[in-house]
Amino acid sequence: MATRIFVPRDAAARAVGADKVAAAIAEETKRKGIAVEIVRTGSRGLFWLEPLIEFETAGGRIGFGPVATKDVATLFADGLPAASHALCVGRPEEIPFLKKQTRITFARCGIVDPLSLADYRAHGGWRGLERARSLGPAATVEEVTKSGLRGRGGAGFPTGIKWKTVADTAADRKYIVCNADEGDSGTYADRMIMEGDPFVLIEGMAIAGFAVGATKGYIYIRSEYPDAIRVMERAIALAEREGLLGAEAKFDLEVRVGAGAYVCGEETSLLESLEGKRGQVRAKPPLPAHKGLFGKPTVINNLISLATVPFILADGAERYAALGMGRSRGTMPIQLAGNVKHGGLFEAAFGLTLGEIVEDIGGGTKSGRPARAVQVGGPLGAYFPRKLFDTPFDYEAFAALDGLIGHGGVVVFDDTVDMAHQARFALEFCAIESCGKCTPCRIGSVRGTETMDKIIRGERVEANLALVTDLCQTLKFGSLCALGGFTPYPVMSAIRHFPEDFDRPRLRAAAE
Amino acid sequence: MAAWNEAQANDIIGRHAGREGALLPILHDIQAAFGHVPAPAVPVIAHALNLTRAEVHGVVSFYHDFRDKPAGRHVLKLCRAEACQSVNGERLAKQFLDRFGVEWGGTTPDGRLTIEATYCLGLCASGPSAMLDGEVIGRLTKDSIDDIAREVG
Repeated sequence: MATRIFVPRDAAARAVGADKVAAAIAEETKRKGIAVEIVRTGSRGLFWLEPLIEFETAGGRIGFGPVATKDVATLFADGLPAASHALCVGRPEEIPFLKKQTRITFARCGIVDPLSLADYRAHGGWRGLERARSLGPAATVEEVTKSGLRGRGGAGFPTGIKWKTVADTAADRKYIVCNADEGDSGTYADRMIMEGDPFVLIEGMAIAGFAVGATKGYIYIRSEYPDAIRVMERAIALAEREGLLGAEAKFDLEVRVGAGAYVCGEETSLLESLEGKRGQVRAKPPLPAHKGLFGKPTVINNLISLATVPFILADGAERYAALGMGRSRGTMPIQLAGNVKHGGLFEAAFGLTLGEIVEDIGGGTKSGRPARAVQVGGPLGAYFPRKLFDTPFDYEAFAALDGLIGHGGVVVFDDTVDMAHQARFALEFCAIESCGKCTPCRIGSVRGTETMDKIIRGERVEANLALVTDLCQTLKFGSLCALGGFTPYPVMSAIRHFPEDFDRPRLRAAAE
Repeated sequence: MAAWNEAQANDIIGRHAGREGALLPILHDIQAAFGHVPAPAVPVIAHALNLTRAEVHGVVSFYHDFRDKPAGRHVLKLCRAEACQSVNGERLAKQFLDRFGVEWGGTTPDGRLTIEATYCLGLCASGPSAMLDGEVIGRLTKDSIDDIAREVG
């Protein structure tokens, strides 16, 4: 019988040669007459090991990585790869990075063939939707509320309350919108689900539709994710063919592709974009739950929130709520990124400290130099210095320090980072991506960038820092949405925690 | 890429007839067909969707993806976001620009390559990263510059 060999098709694996490795394996095994079946999976999320190939044995899967095409000949020199090969990493589940995780949302990712409905069902798929149907809509909403699930896009709003608002609003038409406009640098959890386990998102959205009485769903995917778009569209077509979506299921799903605007990750801007307009932010109220897409009641949730719902329904709210700390219940897919030795997806209950995440799990920096700053929560998240490494990963703990966990991205910088440049970049990014609707964000970001340039040149540093600080207050309290409102987090955290980098005259003197 | 052709544009628009919020899907398909959103497309789309030309122009100019003139034969998007910055992406990006003699958003004089900035490809643990003609590339090094130069001929 042919042995199954698993090669990821995740974009991060393809970006480092997974397709070429898969082709080389096919060729080499054919040449040698070794009977194999190559299965393309999602990624386990251990990106330093990609391409990480695995093959089936009686004792479970054995992994090898990172595999280059030149390694394929030695891997299959004597039939199937042997555990004695230098690239063998043993059973992936035993790798500490994976072993220490609590995989709920990502339980299937990297294991199943993302486009196999049989695989999905065999690994517990559709149990959540079946239980929702047996509970009825109201009890389904109640179950999500009881789980304590909060919006994984960053705002952390209780998902169940959002659903209840839509369920309680009468309308002839309602929508479920999945926010897959994952624009934060340092994040890739949404992408991994779409490429590695798309049916879990379909199931989560179908449950949401059933719970609130919506019959149409949109998945808004950023255009920077062509692989995710392809897989998601094929998954929807497969589900339609089986009657899991469409008229019979009373729920339709459609992928819509963004067009390179970061601000469309903001929910009202995303709705405008879906309507075919400029992605400009809407003032709230009205809330999207009352007047959302095309003026109809709309559940708009982050992808990870929706992809977590099937577990909550299938295994019960209590099991999910038992994990976590304080008001942050359940698990969070932490995405380790940037200058980190072991970069990848780490799903765990809330409560790990930042230091544990960066040093113990991430293994410190890739460059081997000391980690100096960690930006958590994307381009609008604060930079944390080492002295705050004891901060627990929790919505409230980060908010208390003028930071945010956002969508769970953790970007590590070593001691070569210039924090004045990072502060400048935050303002420049805001200027590039501002939708232009409100003045603090549109103008403030430009003036802020110019003022940071003066600081970097060493011009009237103290006065200009006071000006930037004042401007940040205006942005924080005067902006319409989180883009202008949170840009002060990276800027002010850099100034507050790394003042030495803003002392340009002294830095220049030291350099000379 | 096809040259501007109103009949083809009307075909594309027709395929999206009756869709909710059809403008973005139409613009994506127009750009895929013509390599950019040609100016004469704006009134045609506006007429079909019962919008003003200003509204369509407003949408085209809002989104970074839509071009008003064609790009080079190949398009290289280099990530300039924080995760790639942390692994010296900016220094490498500068070397790319210097090698091909272009600024951000610029096209080589022979029209073979356009280099654009992008802010995150979701390959943040495998940076610095890039996308060449829609295909992702991770763990870029100085050697990647030669590889890409060869690939774009």
